[in-house]
Amino acid sequence: MDTKALTAAEIAAGLKKGDFSSREITEAYLKTAKSHSGDTHAFVVVDEDGALAAADESDSRRSKGGPVSRLDGVPVAVKDNMLVAGRRATAGSAILKDYVASYDATVVARMRQAGMPVLGHTNMDEYAMGSSTETSCHGPTRNPWDTERVPGGSSGGSAVAVAEGSAPLALGSDTGGSIRQPAALCGTVGFKPTYGRVSRYGLIALASSLDQIGPFARSVRDAADLLAVIEGRDPNDSTSVDLQTDWALPETYKDRLDGLKIGIPKEYFISGMEEGVEKAVQSAIRRFEELGAEIREISLPHSDFALAVYYILMPCEASSNLARFDGMRYGARVPAATLEETYRKSRGQGFGKEARRRIMLGTYALSAGYYDAYYLRALKVRRLIADDFIRAFTSVDCILSPTSPTVAWKLGEMLDDPLSMYLQDVFTVSVNVAGLPAISVPCGFSQGMPVGLQLIGRHFGDKTVLEAAYAFEQASGGFGEFVPAKGATSRQ
Amino acid sequence: MSLKPEEVEKIAGLAKLELAEDEKESFREQISSILDYVGKLAKADIGGADPMSHSVPMLNVLREDTVAACGKETRDAVVDAFPESESDMLKVKAVFS
Repeated sequence: MDTKALTAAEIAAGLKKGDFSSREITEAYLKTAKSHSGDTHAFVVVDEDGALAAADESDSRRSKGGPVSRLDGVPVAVKDNMLVAGRRATAGSAILKDYVASYDATVVARMRQAGMPVLGHTNMDEYAMGSSTETSCHGPTRNPWDTERVPGGSSGGSAVAVAEGSAPLALGSDTGGSIRQPAALCGTVGFKPTYGRVSRYGLIALASSLDQIGPFARSVRDAADLLAVIEGRDPNDSTSVDLQTDWALPETYKDRLDGLKIGIPKEYFISGMEEGVEKAVQSAIRRFEELGAEIREISLPHSDFALAVYYILMPCEASSNLARFDGMRYGARVPAATLEETYRKSRGQGFGKEARRRIMLGTYALSAGYYDAYYLRALKVRRLIADDFIRAFTSVDCILSPTSPTVAWKLGEMLDDPLSMYLQDVFTVSVNVAGLPAISVPCGFSQGMPVGLQLIGRHFGDKTVLEAAYAFEQASGGFGEFVPAKGATSRQ
Repeated sequence: MSLKPEEVEKIAGLAKLELAEDEKESFREQISSILDYVGKLAKADIGGADPMSHSVPMLNVLREDTVAACGKETRDAVVDAFPESESDMLKVKAVFS
């Protein structure tokens, strides 16, 4: 079975027809996942027993004619910051290397309920801090298009798993672009839902006001199907909201986009963008016009401040969230003579460089005398950025931009230059700052590497974004073009 | 702006992080350059903008003050995660000494 060529919808249809069982399909993905452990290293751990047990349950339910969900028996991978009861979840951090979760994250419980076998945990930047999946305590993940290059991050493992055919679907988390950017760099679809659409309960937090869980998939339809499984109000996450139920899954989507107004922010097309990326995105814009969409130039005047707002708010929230990792109740403890020394050593040795850097940055910005100048000021500019979007959405239905200013770069290239790495998030962070939905879909190539385009929607306008992306994907031929040719090329 | 070495020490103390000697200088430089970058917010005309902490309304979630039951398996998993324990109790260094 060629797992690289299958969408989740095709798997669901094959299971329904009886072409194969969930056990067979799950085994095929487990085999692919294991075969790439030495080259791309998408998975931190493959959970063969757990996945096959769930697959057998799904098969038995189906054979008895019991109720089956739309994605029943379709396997899925989860990022290593989502809890699965009885399984390790490390968030890529040495401080949690031996941590075994005591409960399921809400998204995991919902996928379990839907009969989806969980293939294992995928690699990520430590605590989701990074754009390259190089800061994991388990070592880096590599891009299946060119294993000398990064897959993007922080959900790099999930993006690679889907791109290389180690999983038909995967979950990632997106705080400043951590689903969309690796999706773009690996040639998959990645969707960050509106903040509040998906419960964060059981997600190891980076920045609680920005984090949102979302799907990676081979197609927009698959991403929408997985979103439908995981979304909705959860009493265990006070920021999750009741959703209107008028949302239709993609077979009702249209192939044309007549009447849709798409805004192109002039501030996003100025400097620093790779030429091939700009070309691919410009030709995608023409494709949208052919589909009947009306293209309008818009302005998001505070765009230039978005990255600065993000790189204050995120470390502030992270420094507070990561205070719980102190070697006391769980995680690694480095014994010392006093309690204070135990904290300092456990945290100093348990956290990697980037995590410590961001904790320091956040602690500084929140410390006495600096709070007003950094944190409070950033919250005010955050409002201005959100207002820019509200204003823009009075004249357009969605906003189009590149997902990332460049294609995937070489491993190690930016690891010691945090600011350059942070600048890679320039097109994605505003979306989290404003809490909006946004998708990345593949739209072409530059330097032989995939390029992604981003569509941003109104607050809870997730459906509009998915519909527009779906029509674009249909018109441009779907994912077939975005399969890494020979899979992972061997490392030199 | 450029952080002073003693400021780096102070932040590390507040954050309860032990830093290696060679890191103190590289962190000082890197954090200084990030602060330079984010300092551009000083130029934003914030007028009377309301601080925005979240993009959805924040509401308190209240429940009765009763203990919610938890299965033995969950309880054992929590206890197993303790870095140091004595019988079923979490062991820590003296808080007051």
